[in-house]
Amino acid sequence: MPTTVRKPMYDTEKDEVSPDPAEQVSAVELSGVSRHFGTVKAVDQVNLDIPEGEFFGMLGPSGSGKTTCLRLIAGFEQPTAGHLKIFGDMVDGLPPYRRAVNTVFQDYALFPHMNVIDNVAYALTVRGVGRHQRHRQAMEMLELVRLGGFAKRQPAQLSGGQRQRVALARALIGKPKVLLLDEPLGALDLKLREQMQVELKSLQRELGITFVFVTHDQGEALSMSDRVAVFNQGQVVQVGTPEDIYERPEHRFVADFVGSSNILEPELCQRIGAPEGVWSLRPEKIHLADQSVSREDGVVTVSATISHVQYQGSVRRCVLSVAGHSLSLSVPSAVGGLATGQSVYARWNLDDMHRMVP
Amino acid sequence: MADDGMAINQPADGVLGRVSDLLFRRPGLLLAILLGPPLIWIGVVYVGSLVALLVQSFYSIDEFSGRIVREFTLKTYAELLRPSNLDIVLRTVLMAASVTLASALIAFPIAFYAARFARGWIKGLFFIAVMLPLWSSYLVRVYAWKLILANEGVLNWSVERVGLTPLVDALLSMPVIGGPSLSFSYIGTFLVFVYLWLPFMILPIQAALERVPGSMLEASDDLGARPGQTFRKVIFPLALPGIVAGSIFTFSLTLGDYIAPQIVGSSRLFIGQAVYMHQGTAGNLPMAAAFSMVPIVVMAIYLWIAKKMGAFNAL
Repeated sequence: MPTTVRKPMYDTEKDEVSPDPAEQVSAVELSGVSRHFGTVKAVDQVNLDIPEGEFFGMLGPSGSGKTTCLRLIAGFEQPTAGHLKIFGDMVDGLPPYRRAVNTVFQDYALFPHMNVIDNVAYALTVRGVGRHQRHRQAMEMLELVRLGGFAKRQPAQLSGGQRQRVALARALIGKPKVLLLDEPLGALDLKLREQMQVELKSLQRELGITFVFVTHDQGEALSMSDRVAVFNQGQVVQVGTPEDIYERPEHRFVADFVGSSNILEPELCQRIGAPEGVWSLRPEKIHLADQSVSREDGVVTVSATISHVQYQGSVRRCVLSVAGHSLSLSVPSAVGGLATGQSVYARWNLDDMHRMVP
Repeated sequence: MADDGMAINQPADGVLGRVSDLLFRRPGLLLAILLGPPLIWIGVVYVGSLVALLVQSFYSIDEFSGRIVREFTLKTYAELLRPSNLDIVLRTVLMAASVTLASALIAFPIAFYAARFARGWIKGLFFIAVMLPLWSSYLVRVYAWKLILANEGVLNWSVERVGLTPLVDALLSMPVIGGPSLSFSYIGTFLVFVYLWLPFMILPIQAALERVPGSMLEASDDLGARPGQTFRKVIFPLALPGIVAGSIFTFSLTLGDYIAPQIVGSSRLFIGQAVYMHQGTAGNLPMAAAFSMVPIVVMAIYLWIAKKMGAFNAL
């Protein structure tokens, strides 16, 4: 019997040291995985390689296949094509209860007929661990998520944030090899969400477990993940570090979905004297200048008209009209004196443009 | 600003307008109007007659004159505890318990399928299939069963064709539950009861299971529970309020029924028949009342035990 299935053996002591990148094992490996529902290709030909100890984000709009992908790893769905490996073991056709993978559900899915400690101890209960032992371990998990005083409460008596911690403790008590989180922060309000982002991240670092989480929130994906896979229409469009994804989007979709980006079409490039191709340019890379500065190497300068200004707190968002195309940029709020219809010059470094697959 | 300068839409014209304004301002009044009549109905007619019944059961009957003596006495209850009467009580309670158990066993898989898997028109079909028997007359259904279960009936005929007659004969030759034919035995009564009350068990269980989100079962799978464990530790406890609700129906309906056992079954009495006999031909109203108290007491005890065992915790 392979070690990653059935009996998860995970050693806290060992894994407290962050894994050495040189000898990384693939925690999760998807090769050519598809999940079709009739004619709907929920997940289509996905290849992913998630190394051990990584905090991996799956980002995409709703219906892009990211959740189905997570469910395939958990075993709630079976692929219609392709193979899925967890720590090198083929898990195709293996039911969820035989996989050393646990899930934090979007709606938490706490059992309403059990109190908090029995919820947390559930994985041990079904393994036949004695009451004393499992309660002791459950208490440890509750301490870990700082809910030590809530053991005897019913799930209904907890707030959303507390329920989420219980769900987390419950998923972690079985010492999974991979923890899956489905929109873990989706149901929390903004303040709590930011706090939980930090906590999840530090918990992951502390435990050294591979975390795979699904989100539609690009800010969350960028701030929490070591690497991000961007999903669109059942396919992985780009995989990379948050910097890769944000600074160097390879596809129009990524440039558009992650943050906001200007897409410079070939026609515009030709008119402003930029190199040929389709390029992405982040709004904050564009600067405004009053006069045309003498041509510099590696700098693009174009004349433009301000067609729209919007105050957004820390920045002002401007939309420029350049040769019939729109360019958006953000300038610090402190910069004033911008009015609609004003003629300006926009400048940016060629290096800040990133060529995309057309 | 609107052209006509009016800040008020639809001024309160007429009596109806003023009444609806009044009810809007005083929701308590609306509640009283809506709830008053049914509460009076329940309070006077329903609870009132129950109390009258309770009071009756503490009267007794004068054995010589056959008149009811309107004095407080426990004589009637003492009589209820006589072996011949206790037999009736025990027989009825055992029948109700077996009918409830069998209904729950049959209903659960059906309800589970309907709640978890049936979608669209199949679900509609399920509801029709479950409810359809309730659309025909109760008496017609019971008599239909008498014909089905009779010695010359379709059941015996089919059993004979597949060569299982010895099995039925063996069943009928069993000491208590057997009899001359299926339609003259407890087995027959049992089958009819299960058929009659099954919808009342299926629907509450289905409703309870419907409320269990799919992620709850996935969470159990995910945490390493095999399907059997998921059933015992998650599905069953969450369905329990539905099972208890259904069992209240099947149990109490069986306890009170006096027609089915008269048409299909042995000649031995059930509580309902005893009540019917005492208040009708015998004219012993106190005894009939005392018998009627039995189902109420039994149900009260049953619910108390169910609550103690945590059947309502998941509500």
